[in-house]
Amino acid sequence: MTTQTMTKSATGYISPTRERVMGVLFLIIAAAIWVFFIRNTTPGVETTFGMTPGGSQVQTPDWVFETYTALNILLFLSIALAVYQLVRGFKRYTNIVLGVISGFFIFAFLAWGASGLSLNLSGLLRVMVIRSVPLTLGAFSGILCERSGVFNIAIEGMMLTAAFCAALFGSLVNIWFGLLTAMISGLVLGGVLAVLAIKYKVNQIIAGTVINIFATGLTSFLSAKFLQKYQYLNNPGRFPTWDVPGLSQIPFIGPIFFSHNLFVYAMYILLIVLTVALFYTRWGLRLRSVGEHPKAADTLGIQVNRTRYMAVLLGGTMAGFAGAYFILGSVGRFDEVLTAGRGFIALAAMIFGNWNPFGAFGAGLLFGFADSLAGKLTILRVPIHNKFLEMAPYIVTMIVLAGIIGRGQPPAAGGQPYEKE
Amino acid sequence: MAPILELRGITKQFPGVLANDHIDLTLNQGEVLALLGENGAGKTTLMNILYGLYKPDEGEIFVRGKKIDIHSPSDAIAQGIGMVHQHFMLVPVFTVTDNVMLGDEYVRGGGFLDRRRAAARIREISRQYNLQVDPDAYIKDLPVGLQQRVEIIKLLFREAEILILDEPTAVLTPQEVDELFGIMKSLVEHGKSIIFITHKLREVMDFSDRITVIRAGKVVGTTTPQEADQNKLAAMMVGRQIELQIEKKPAEPGEVVLQVRNLKVLDSRNLIAVNDVSFDVRAGEILGIAGVQGNGQTELVRAVTGLLHPISGEIRFLGKKVTHATPKEFFELGAAHIPEDRQKDGLVLTYPVKDNLVLNTYYHPPFARGVMLHQPSIYTNAEELVRKFDIRTPSVMTMLSSLSGGNQQKVIVAREFSRPIKLLVASQPTRGLDVGSIEYIHHRLVEKRDEGCAVLLVSTELDEIMELSDRIAVMYRGRIIVTVDAKEVTKEQIGLYMAGVVPA
Repeated sequence: MTTQTMTKSATGYISPTRERVMGVLFLIIAAAIWVFFIRNTTPGVETTFGMTPGGSQVQTPDWVFETYTALNILLFLSIALAVYQLVRGFKRYTNIVLGVISGFFIFAFLAWGASGLSLNLSGLLRVMVIRSVPLTLGAFSGILCERSGVFNIAIEGMMLTAAFCAALFGSLVNIWFGLLTAMISGLVLGGVLAVLAIKYKVNQIIAGTVINIFATGLTSFLSAKFLQKYQYLNNPGRFPTWDVPGLSQIPFIGPIFFSHNLFVYAMYILLIVLTVALFYTRWGLRLRSVGEHPKAADTLGIQVNRTRYMAVLLGGTMAGFAGAYFILGSVGRFDEVLTAGRGFIALAAMIFGNWNPFGAFGAGLLFGFADSLAGKLTILRVPIHNKFLEMAPYIVTMIVLAGIIGRGQPPAAGGQPYEKE
Repeated sequence: MAPILELRGITKQFPGVLANDHIDLTLNQGEVLALLGENGAGKTTLMNILYGLYKPDEGEIFVRGKKIDIHSPSDAIAQGIGMVHQHFMLVPVFTVTDNVMLGDEYVRGGGFLDRRRAAARIREISRQYNLQVDPDAYIKDLPVGLQQRVEIIKLLFREAEILILDEPTAVLTPQEVDELFGIMKSLVEHGKSIIFITHKLREVMDFSDRITVIRAGKVVGTTTPQEADQNKLAAMMVGRQIELQIEKKPAEPGEVVLQVRNLKVLDSRNLIAVNDVSFDVRAGEILGIAGVQGNGQTELVRAVTGLLHPISGEIRFLGKKVTHATPKEFFELGAAHIPEDRQKDGLVLTYPVKDNLVLNTYYHPPFARGVMLHQPSIYTNAEELVRKFDIRTPSVMTMLSSLSGGNQQKVIVAREFSRPIKLLVASQPTRGLDVGSIEYIHHRLVEKRDEGCAVLLVSTELDEIMELSDRIAVMYRGRIIVTVDAKEVTKEQIGLYMAGVVPA
């Protein structure tokens, strides 16, 4: 590695073109609010946002406002921000402002879609949290592997296999055993990836792809052969919802975040544990060092490959846990390829979250929101076909990854097998 | 008293090369031993064996008279041996504290990093040995000189007694080199012993207690700075007499060949790397660009060869505007480029020598006939250039990857010099080459100048700049802060400019 010194005078250069492009983009968003929503709204009609999810004990009164006025306020704020961007520029806060304006747009969209109707906003957000679980946990799996320098694009295959095991063994024994076997199946596939990538130095993208193809084929076959035929093999049950005492009673927030099953709480706990472990412990320091500069770690007596094995096995287990969610935390039965690309969206969440647990959680919530929104929109008066709405999470993923937000900093040694000379 | 470290009969065979051939070496407590040898002589291999990165085929290692086995860096660290590698072993995105304690962390509560205590220890070491550095800074934000300090602190943190410094001065400014030698002195005063690997004769003469010279894997001899002189050491190192000073006639500058005005170039991170740079290079002169690595030279060279487009400013080649020209347009106009990273930019390593010799002329007759290559001409061309430029290769069909660095560089030189050229941009033309090849390349550069070619020489080796240039421009943080006549300036002055001290 050649260590190039950064020249101090070279201050961050933000090209004026980008500033202007963003300003124009803000204006376009503002214009879209006007063209699509304001023009199609009759003054006087009201939007009702439900603030209590269905079946919740904690009642919060509905939020009712006049659609036309609200939209105009959003339009005014968007134009103000766009003008400031074009005149002065938000410089390094540009991305944050972009986020805010995008938020305005989505809110305007919801308000317009629900004008004259009622939309359960808290239900929408509660589903967002639920849908974010496999994405966030999958991203955690990716973080564990990639922070140690091994690409894991097999998250999808690991989750799928784990979901299958959870359904089968959960039905045969009980859901706890189903969860355990799901995690073990993830561990085993993690082991396969580790041996291929670390010991045999196979290209890690190929190794991951092989696992994905294998998992898809195997689970689809076994599912068609057994699980769909003998329904008693595909009925493991689900983890019950449990309200966190106190926290779940907070109006609006409580039902959204603190009235869920095991997987959601596990996500919160793992979020904290993983952050602390990666950045505040010896274990994490060593794990990150082998992902950034394995040779440096080696010269300091750290066992590079052993550390990577450990990380990939843990990552596999994490993906297994994420896979169990599909069955034991969500639908309660296995269907062919039911992960539907969530493993890849999890990877996107990991990248968008800059290989950081909290970042991944935020990205997971964003993608979860897109997912949740797609489900809700079908009941609104939105003149878009269902099938297109279902694409929402994938489209959001593409837009985000296309780099509107900016580039992250991946571990420097990602994907490179470590060889001692 | 037994020497603190003794190597006996160390032998290491790599496929096809005997890297170390029964090497004996002694290091006494509290001394600086210089290990002198050309690139590829086996110095680094020997030290990697000592540090447990390679296993020797034969030989024994004694520390304080006791025979020890070293299987891994951990063993070496346990024996009090520490090494600063030529390429720093630092994680750029970690802080100084994290880098220093990595592998030997201060923890509490069963695994939680105790960064405060580690930082306190680093500050203590800083005070004791006069190695100032901020424990909370990120490595990527530190200049190379400070990164090197961090490496030394890493060794002291592990209480190393024997310090190996592998080519420590290669990346430093002359002032930083002086600071480093100050640090080495203070280390020795505290009873540490140092092995200092280098191929620079001046440094050996100035700063070592004893000198062991290695050539082609064997110890040629051990001497002291009092007994030896630079010419004698060079002869020991290379095996023949070397002309250390190059003879050259005064320059006869002609018309302006390359004209650069207010050039601004961004680097790969979109930071301004070249900031408002203007200069001229005339026919028949060598303009040397001096500067510490990473002050914008790379981007400047890429801009004036068409590899990177500037965001503003103007480049003219013989009066023609070429600011946004492609590399092909540049060399069609008669520009040649010896790139900084020859393996990445100048050559295709998996092609044979003959094809590499026509990489930018293959589409012209006689090498091409219509869309087809004319192999006989390519062969003849290669045979001729191999002879003329003394490229040591088994045949013109040999893959470039199996040639030595010096011979790879000669392939580039042969290819570029065999065309009629008016401008030569040479970036680090002798990096990583042995003394013999350096001598060769230097002669060729001066020869081109005398033929009336304009030469832009970019080098971080101050000696090279001083020796070859007619005028010297110093780059610092993306700007040319001064341009001087090479005859009217001393090395010390240039060194100060390189550190950003602007002349009054």
